[in-house]
Parts: sequence; structure tokens; C-alpha cells
Amino acid sequence: MSEPLLKVKNLRQHFKISRSFTVKAVEGVSFEVYAGETYGLVGESGSGKTTIGRSIIRLYDPTDGEIFFDGKKISGKLDDATEKMLRQNMQMIFQDPMSSLNPRKKIGDIIAEGLDIHGLCATKEERKARVGAILKKVGLSPAHAERYPQQFSGGQRQRVGIARALIMNPKLIIADECISALDVSIQAQVVNLMKDIQAETKCAYLFIAHDLSMVKYISDRIGVLHKGRLVETGLTREIFSNPVHPYTRSLLSAVPQPNPVVERRRHLVSFDSDNVGGDGEIVRVSATHSVLENF
Amino acid sequence: MNENILSVRNLDITFRTNAGDIHAIRGVNFNLPTGKTVALVGESGSGKSVTMKAVTGLLDSNAIINGGQILYGTENPVDLLTMPKKTLRREINGRQIAIVFQDPMTSLDPTMQIGDQITEGLLLHKKISKADARKKAVELLKLVGIAEARKRMENYPHQLSGGMRQRIVIACALACEPKILVCDEPTTALDVTIQARILDLIKELQRQMGLSVIYITHDLGVVAKVADFVNVMYAGKIVEVGTVEEIFYDPRHPYTWGLLAAMPDLETDDERLYSIPGSPPNLLHEPKGDAFAARNKFAMKIDERETPPMFQISETHFAATWLLHPDAPKVDLPPELKARLLRSRKAANYV
Repeated sequence: MSEPLLKVKNLRQHFKISRSFTVKAVEGVSFEVYAGETYGLVGESGSGKTTIGRSIIRLYDPTDGEIFFDGKKISGKLDDATEKMLRQNMQMIFQDPMSSLNPRKKIGDIIAEGLDIHGLCATKEERKARVGAILKKVGLSPAHAERYPQQFSGGQRQRVGIARALIMNPKLIIADECISALDVSIQAQVVNLMKDIQAETKCAYLFIAHDLSMVKYISDRIGVLHKGRLVETGLTREIFSNPVHPYTRSLLSAVPQPNPVVERRRHLVSFDSDNVGGDGEIVRVSATHSVLENF
Repeated sequence: MNENILSVRNLDITFRTNAGDIHAIRGVNFNLPTGKTVALVGESGSGKSVTMKAVTGLLDSNAIINGGQILYGTENPVDLLTMPKKTLRREINGRQIAIVFQDPMTSLDPTMQIGDQITEGLLLHKKISKADARKKAVELLKLVGIAEARKRMENYPHQLSGGMRQRIVIACALACEPKILVCDEPTTALDVTIQARILDLIKELQRQMGLSVIYITHDLGVVAKVADFVNVMYAGKIVEVGTVEEIFYDPRHPYTWGLLAAMPDLETDDERLYSIPGSPPNLLHEPKGDAFAARNKFAMKIDERETPPMFQISETHFAATWLLHPDAPKVDLPPELKARLLRSRKAANYV
């Protein structure tokens, strides 16, 4: 296999709350994302999935560990050239489209902000054309560039969020719970759009979510997070057909199915979260499927 | 004597806003049979929460009730809409009809101890001493599955996890032994594993206390788990109603088809999800004819002119779509959905 696009090695992210209290949000996480694939990061709230995304794109300074992106080290102190490369090639789609768009800026200016900062457009016409083209790609119309965020519905705003990330032609997009704030029928639209864009631009996604069923649709590989550690990683098919870690099993058993009779018959796989956690050995189930043995 | 503890008849509500009048509820009818669970399903803006607020007397001051009745009780039903506010607050709210709100992070008072929050309703509604109320609160905490109940009475909400807070909210709602429990998306803010436990808890409590439950949600998976009857709402109207089996194994309205097909399914390996094109209409400009027509690929000419009535399919199953008119052309279900329905019927041995 070729070199991974993103390589995270033993990432730790701690937050010091007070002299005596440190939140250890991420405790030694390692994984790789290859060019053009979708890696799903799943876990419940507090498992550290959002923190990982934010550490990778350097909204936080990782406490420990190494991150390589496109062959360059992007952890530790960033020099100007690396930072520029990182900001152009890695983009993020945020969770809440209501609060992640500046209400005082026009859609066109929000989308073109990256272009402006990096001086990528020589003329106003070129800038307008690129914004128009990207709006069309996400299913909006170029005329929308003159409007403000509050004039759009939730689904449309998330399309703007996607357009903002896409205009830089990034190699990796970190999508942090980007559909969980949307209605069911709109979620499907946005997921399909993301798939279409990936087929066209060959960008990779790091798809962060708590909704396992949606993750299944979009991901090639999945990592399950629990208490800041990756407890199970594997191909989507392997995770769903042969979950090994008790946490993964309980997660899968809790996803409600749209089938009343089956749902009534089903039993929750309970999971004793107090006795599971901490370090353990990583055991290989198959070449692509491995489990952290801390249970 | 009738079997419905609550009946909503022709409910019609408009909101007066700066932008203009929003016709949020356009004639809603549904029944809640005693001891059963009825789900109201729909997207945001479909009117499910407004219906809930009308039932619980919590409508905002800019709401205008244009008409309709909300009949409560089995022996001598009373209309909650015409009841004076004061009587409603004293006799009905909390005592007969209680609510579990969506977000346990915001529906509890952060400056009050858990014990005080649970006893608040009891002391207000019942002639009961403080000591007895606290005793009752400890029992309630045990009932909703909180360990070390006595100790928890002195905790503040921030000391508890999201799942525990939602249990506390349920305990508050159950304090006065209500007849009806209205659950407004009680698990949307929670993780799936916690959600499953809360849903099981609500079901268990319903069985023990003989509660009738109105369940408001947009998640069809949750509906399949909890509901006996389902009302699908779209743009301020109920477009399909039936037993949970009828809705999930034999849906008739194109909107219900779309909702079901857009649900990701753990069983299949479909590459693409079916999605309903477009977005729900803005009720500031009330749609003419069938509100769903613009997003419906099976829409006919009549959909643009006339609102479809409720067509009856079985004793309990109704749907408002012109496709059920005897003169309408026969349409085939979208193939994705057809395959899925077959599979889910088979899994459930439903004929």
C-alpha cells in the first residue's frame, strides 16, 4: 500500500483545568488515513473524537505524539511553509451550521475567505467564478453568494460549510459531526453530496460521528473510540459483522432499527464501562482488523 | 366512556411574527388510547412540537388558536383549549399531563439540588409534608434507576451525567403520578447506548404505572422501539396514521416512503442513501394543494390544486395522498424501499 495521507502516531491531548486536575481527552491514539478514502471515527460524547479532529488540524496543540500529513510532520512547532501547506490542504466542516458561519458576512465572502488569505485569486472575476462554481457543486446557485447565512435553512447552511472547505481543493476534509444537527431527510442529501464530491475530487474524509448507521454508509474504515483510546479498528464490514470489543458490541446493539417487531425482540448488550478501559495490548483479528485488549 | 384518554380534533394554530403569520398547525387530528404510546414523527418545522405545546398549555404568547379541541379524559372529557389558564396550571399540568423535555442539560435548574427539584411539583400540587415529599422523591429516584438515591438528593445537576440528568427529569415528571407523559425528543441529546436504556426505562415505567405516552421524535428507529401508533406529520398536518406495524411494513404516503428509505439500515450494503429532494415548505407562504407535492416524484396535477383528504386503508390506517384515490394510477414503490420493506417484513414474520 502507498504512503498514508495522514498518519497519527500515539497522539495524546491533555487539558489542564487546574493545578491538580488534568482532563486526559486523548490517550495515545494511532491511525492512518489514505488518500481518497473515508475514515470514520465513532464514539460517544466524551470519548475524544472531536478533540482528535481538532488536534490534527491544529486548533489544539497536541500534548504528545506525532502527526504526519502528506509526508510532512505537522505536530510540534509549525514553520510558516508547513502551516501554509496544512491550511490549504486540510479543511474542516463543523458540527453546527447555525453557529459556524459568521452571520455578518455574505455567503460568498465566507466561502472565499481561504482564497483571499492565501491570495489564490488574481482578479475579482476569477474569485466570483470560483465561488459560483463551488456553490453549484454543492447544489446551491451562484446567486446565493450575495445572501447572508440566516437566509438559509440548516441543510443549505451545511452545504455552505462544505463549499467553504472544498474551495481550497483540500486533500483531507475533517467532518466533525457534520450531519447530526440536520433532519433525517436532509442528512441523506448531505451524505450523498459528500460521496459525490469524493468521487469527483478524490479527497479523503475523516468522518467524526456518533451515529453508527450513517458512518456505515460513508466510511471505508472505522475506528471506535472509548475513553480517549481506539478500542477497535477495521474495515467497515469487519466492524459491523464481527465486532470484538465489548464497547463496539454494545454500541451496535443500541442503534435503533426501523423495524418494530425486531426492535421489540432485541436485547441490549450491556457493557460494564467501569471495568473496561486503560491500556492493553493491541490484538490483530485480521490484517485490517485490530482490537485493544483492555476488557 | 371512550378508550381515548386524549383526543386532538381539528387543531389549527397560527403564529404571529414580524415576518407575517405562520400557519404552523393546519388541522391536526389524533387520538391517544389509554395506556398506549402514540408517536408524532416529523422533521423540524412539521409542527410536532407545537402540537405538544398546545396539549401541555405551553404555547408562546404569539400563538393564535384558530380552532379545534383537545379533549382530555375518558369519562367526561374536558376541552383543554377552553379551560381557564389557572385551572389548567393547577389541575392538569404536572398533575395529569407531565412532560419530559428534550435537553436534560437545560431543563433542570442548575442552582437547585436534585431533591428540591423533584419535590417542587409534589409540594405545589399535593397536600403533603416536606418530609413525606422527600421520602417520595427518594422512591422516585430508585424507580428511575438511580443508585444511591438518598445521596443524589443533595447533588446539583452539573454533578450528574447526561443520562442520569434525563432520569432525574423523568422522575420530576412522574412525581405527581400523571396519567399522560409527553416525551419531547427525550433522547436526541444522548448517546445511543444511553438512549436505549432511557427508552427501556420509559417503557418499563409505562407498564408499571399504566401511563399513556405521547412520543415526539424525528428518529424512526426510536419510533419502532417505543410506539404502538404512529402519526407522521408534514407541514402542519398529519399525512399518515396507523399502527406501528402498518407504518413500517406497509407505508402508503410518499413522504413516509421517503423517511423510511432515508434511514440508514445496518442490514444493507447500499452504496447510496435514498434522499427526499428539496426541503420542507415555509409555512409563512402556505402551500396550495398538497404541501408535499413539490418534493414528491409521484405528484399528480390534482396535488397542486387540492389538498388530499385522509383515505382509509384499514380500521386504523389512514393516509392523505391522492395516490390512494380509486382513480389514481397505480405507482410502484421506489425499488430501494421495496427491497427493504420485503426484508424487514421477512425479519419480522409480518404478512
